[in-house]
Amino acid sequence: MGVEELSPALDIRGLCKRFDRPAVAGLDLSVRRGEFYMLLGPNGAGKTTTLRMVSGLLQPDDGAISIFGIDARRDQVAAKQIVGWVSDEPMIYDKLTPFEYLEFVAGLWNVEPAVAATRARELIGWLGLEKFAHQRCEPFSRGMRQKVALAGALVHDPKLIILDEPLTGLDAGSARLVKTVLTERVRAGCTVIMTTHILEIAERMADRIGVIAGGRLVAEGTLQELRDRVGRGDSCLEELFLTIVEQDAAVA
Amino acid sequence: MSTPGSLTWFAQHESRLVWRDTFSMLAAGGAGRQRRLFIGLSVLLVIMHAVAWFVVGPLARAALDHDLPTLMGITVGIALSGSAILSQAMESVTRTFYARSDLELILSSPAQVQRLFAVRVGAIVFSVGAMSIVFVGPFINVLVWQGGVRWLGAYGVMASVALAATALAIVLTVFLFDVIGPKRTRLIAQIAAAVIGGLFAVGLQLAAMFSTGTMSRFAFLQSEAALAYAPRADSVVWWPARAAMGDVWALLLVFAVSLVAFVFIASVQVPRFARFALAASSVSHGRTDRAPANRGLRVETPSGALRRKEMLLILRDPWLLSQTLMQLLYLLPPAAMLWQSYAHKGGAPVVLIPMLVMAAGQLAGALAWLTVSGEDAPDLVGTAPVSTSRLLRSKVEAVMVCIGVVFAPLVAGLMFFSMTVAFIAAGAIVASAVSAIAIQLWFRSQFKRSQFQRRHASSRVATLSEAFSSITWAAASAIAAAGSWTALVVVLIALGILFVVRRISPAGHRAFS
Repeated sequence: MGVEELSPALDIRGLCKRFDRPAVAGLDLSVRRGEFYMLLGPNGAGKTTTLRMVSGLLQPDDGAISIFGIDARRDQVAAKQIVGWVSDEPMIYDKLTPFEYLEFVAGLWNVEPAVAATRARELIGWLGLEKFAHQRCEPFSRGMRQKVALAGALVHDPKLIILDEPLTGLDAGSARLVKTVLTERVRAGCTVIMTTHILEIAERMADRIGVIAGGRLVAEGTLQELRDRVGRGDSCLEELFLTIVEQDAAVA
Repeated sequence: MSTPGSLTWFAQHESRLVWRDTFSMLAAGGAGRQRRLFIGLSVLLVIMHAVAWFVVGPLARAALDHDLPTLMGITVGIALSGSAILSQAMESVTRTFYARSDLELILSSPAQVQRLFAVRVGAIVFSVGAMSIVFVGPFINVLVWQGGVRWLGAYGVMASVALAATALAIVLTVFLFDVIGPKRTRLIAQIAAAVIGGLFAVGLQLAAMFSTGTMSRFAFLQSEAALAYAPRADSVVWWPARAAMGDVWALLLVFAVSLVAFVFIASVQVPRFARFALAASSVSHGRTDRAPANRGLRVETPSGALRRKEMLLILRDPWLLSQTLMQLLYLLPPAAMLWQSYAHKGGAPVVLIPMLVMAAGQLAGALAWLTVSGEDAPDLVGTAPVSTSRLLRSKVEAVMVCIGVVFAPLVAGLMFFSMTVAFIAAGAIVASAVSAIAIQLWFRSQFKRSQFQRRHASSRVATLSEAFSSITWAAASAIAAAGSWTALVVVLIALGILFVVRRISPAGHRAFS
């Protein structure tokens, strides 16, 4: 087996990023292959900054990021090739249709035309965009835009999907659709890292949960492991999360 | 304190927003930036007054009389600034309907919304009037200084023009709403505003060219043909000109007519504005692509995909289309001159080429801003497995293709005239376009495409640099076309400007520090 096959999906060591104050302060984080990993944290904890550095959208000040064994700081292009990114604000082109948007994304990731066509059809079908596939995105609702952005993030079949609060502002139907698509991808072998403030979703979907505060990982594990750590066997994630964050604040 | 929901209350609300917006724009960047801004504006003001001195100083000193050629000249000057003001007013009135920012909040409130619109329409008069004073003010000041206080009447005429132009803009925009509906009005109004802004000036140039063989507007007005068709000197048509020259009764009459027209049109149309705004906000912009639904996915290389995307977005951008139309509109007179010169085997390259070169620089700058700074999906492009240099190269290629499409036919036309001239034009167009693109790359920042109209405000240094660069390349091309080796010196100056701009740009700071 090669190095790539042995390595975790994401391995972060000593990651640092400072704006006017430290946003990420020596973060260590490891996400296994095929895992649905939820990254939780209070506002300003450094979740988005971390994920933007992993996706190549921000340059870290220090630290190492390895994606499936690829040094993402040294070989950005190779790392980006296997990552899909969805932010909380769906950034799509108003004047393109979903179909044209997927054409563009497939081109950017250099996907084989035949493969891209099949995937685009599948994604448009899964996300219920058939009726709108050839309409410009201008009048689309937030939910529709998020679906188009998600389709774009999946059309190149990434091994690691990173989503920063993808369910913000979505209606129940759209949110369920997005969750279903993500669960399917994990079943198919993809790794998903997602941030959310909707803790019920994290509780229900995550294989493992990481809690980040002050730019550091303060707790990590399965739901049961977090319960054991806090010492409350039947607590819901919301109680666990608040307790962990309070404990960390008290220590700091 | 005014009663909430009253006209004065809305006026206070609006003026507070405008003031804070203006103040934050001026104050952003701290005291250093304010000082630089103050110095820059002062220098600009001095330059504009110097230009005005050369243009209207001799006229003011000549003790002009109310004779027909003088009245015609002043009337044309008023009409020229009026067309620009009308264009700006149409833009503003359209924005009143389509701006969504706080309109939904106010429309959903029990307040009398027509009061808000009345205030906004009043603000349009004020803003277009202020804009005209910024540009025309130096000319009026020189006239007052050199020709006497009677020329202060010109300020009154500008205020009248602002009132009349806003009234006309309301009529035109409402007409478009009624006839073609809210879905198309925005695009058509934008294009109409752009065309109106340039049509009068261009039309006059074309008329001048075909009647007297000169591109000078004012020479045409002195011609016997023009004077023969003009109304008599005591006609009502010349009242605005008389008012500008200090005829108090004419000024009072012109102002009164404009004010009455504005008040009448505003009082009739403003109550309908809420309905228009609601119609505009409920418009579905959904548009089915013309491509057949069953066509296959067209996947290209990353560079190809980027180029294709940029071209599609440029073609589908109504504001940009209207701007491009303006650029092309301004190319009509030189194109006509080319035709005329070619027909008579005369020479006009010295006049023609710099216009093409300047237009190329301006268009390339606008397109480069859209493709580089106006990227609507920076996260998507930023996470793509493509190096930054390759991304930028593809975007630049898309811009250059557009420049090629617009200017290649004109250069090809020049080939019939002279191969050397065509070669000089092609080289200067490329140099001007590349320089403008480089400046946009050095000053690139992250904006939304929809902020295109405010791009000049985002970096005034970039805007001025772009203009200086285009002008210098235009001058170099004109001198080269005239057959002088001095052009090489101007080329060196153009390159020097680029070097300085690079040094002071954010990219330059990074590279040189």
